[in-house]
Amino acid sequence: MSVHLVLFLAFGAVAVAGAVNLLAQTHPINSALSLIAVMAALAGEYLLLGAEFVAALQVIVYAGAVMVLFVFVIMLLNAGVEEQTTGSRVAILFGVPGAVLGSVLVAWVVLRHSGTGEVPAGALPGPPATIGPLLFHEFLLPFEITSILILIAIMGAVVLASKPPSAPVPPREEN
Amino acid sequence: MPIWLYILASVIKSAVVLVVLLTAVAYTVWLERKVVGHIQNRWGPTRVGPFGLLQPLADGLKLLVKEDLTPPHVYKPLYIAAPLIAIIFALTSIAVIPFGNPVTIYGYSIPLQVTTDVNTGLLLILGVTSIGVYGVALAGWSSNNKYSLLGGLRASAQMVSYEISLGLSLVGVLIMAGSFSLHDIVDSQAGHFASVTWPALDPVLRFIPRWNIFTGQIIGFFCYLTAAYAETNRIPFDLPEAETELVAGYHTEYSAMKFAMFFMAEYANMITVGCLATLLFFGGWHGPVFGPTILKAVLPVFWFAAKVFVFLFIYIWVRGTLPRFRYDQLMAFGWKFLLPLALVNVIATAIAVVW
Repeated sequence: MSVHLVLFLAFGAVAVAGAVNLLAQTHPINSALSLIAVMAALAGEYLLLGAEFVAALQVIVYAGAVMVLFVFVIMLLNAGVEEQTTGSRVAILFGVPGAVLGSVLVAWVVLRHSGTGEVPAGALPGPPATIGPLLFHEFLLPFEITSILILIAIMGAVVLASKPPSAPVPPREEN
Repeated sequence: MPIWLYILASVIKSAVVLVVLLTAVAYTVWLERKVVGHIQNRWGPTRVGPFGLLQPLADGLKLLVKEDLTPPHVYKPLYIAAPLIAIIFALTSIAVIPFGNPVTIYGYSIPLQVTTDVNTGLLLILGVTSIGVYGVALAGWSSNNKYSLLGGLRASAQMVSYEISLGLSLVGVLIMAGSFSLHDIVDSQAGHFASVTWPALDPVLRFIPRWNIFTGQIIGFFCYLTAAYAETNRIPFDLPEAETELVAGYHTEYSAMKFAMFFMAEYANMITVGCLATLLFFGGWHGPVFGPTILKAVLPVFWFAAKVFVFLFIYIWVRGTLPRFRYDQLMAFGWKFLLPLALVNVIATAIAVVW
């Protein structure tokens, strides 16, 4: 077994274990930390594929920024321990077959259209110098549309979080 | 290079860098106590050794043998993990920092940094330091103490806010160097100015090196230093551990070595900030190199260390001079002043480079 394969399996195992632990934990902060482990393991997989820029961004954006906000909100609300239920009947009736069907479909598509050959290291655009032109020349329109999508999400959050305008605002005390 | 030699070189380099870093951490604490003491018209530590030079050893010994208390109502797994996260990621970020040009020993070129020169070095440092926030946040939460929780919340909000300005303040340097590799960034600052239009000024300009700070990144440097002070939770941004309102903030419930880990992480982060400022804005290891071969080999590393020392001294100087911000002032400054300033710097640098 090559070093690459061993590392791939190790990172994959960490990612799957983290994902399972995320569901099994009853405390939200443990679930959030499991998700960070999944993100970090995925960054390791990207690194194995030679995509060091994507790996670094995965760590900075997801593990370092998005998940910090998750943990922050959990700490701020001081969310308590959740009750573990055995699951509703609807979830078992539709959820399990749905999940099986979904994974079979994904596996079929992947096997059918990409073959089972190995992905050579460096197949993905790795260094930032090759990613930059791709983002800002070839795929400029999708890139900008995605940023507008995120902007819409932010505006939605502001609208949802802001207080209704009819409520009287108490005068601010001078200090 | 054969693989065993590569591994051997890596182990030796890691050990040397770790020992030097930890010693530097210990003596930065000594320097801080001494300098802040003199600023406040006191002597600072004087009792242990000449000039109190053995004080860090005494402190370390005391922290090692002190009773390691675990308060009864903490959430234990995270309470223990938090200081480990803080110190591990603080020490890891030094791994990609180069200290000089590669040296050639017996025909093998060995880079003067723990890893080889990775082409996303700067991003790696940013990634590792952004993970370090969890140490502080989780310590505050798992202590089950309202002062700790408030300190942890303040720290995570502050670090996330200033991380954006920190990242943007570096973009100007990246545009000018055209690379994420720290080695390339330093190489882009080699040499000195030479004037073609005003030959009369040439002898003066020859003394000014082409460091990024002199080639237009002075606003970027200001943004970087301010954001970095906030990232490392130092005065005037040390709200997470403001002793007048929060006892000791996120590490209120920690004692002995667990407390020492937070302390060491803070100083290790200060050193990393100083190293990055040196590499990105002050030409890294570039400086006057002269004399016999051995001196030529040692001088670049000396210049690097000297510049880092200056930044550590400024850290301490600022601590002895400035008062602490109020929390709303801190947030308003970060979002309404520093972030727009960093953005303006990015746009101005981009226009100037393309021109």
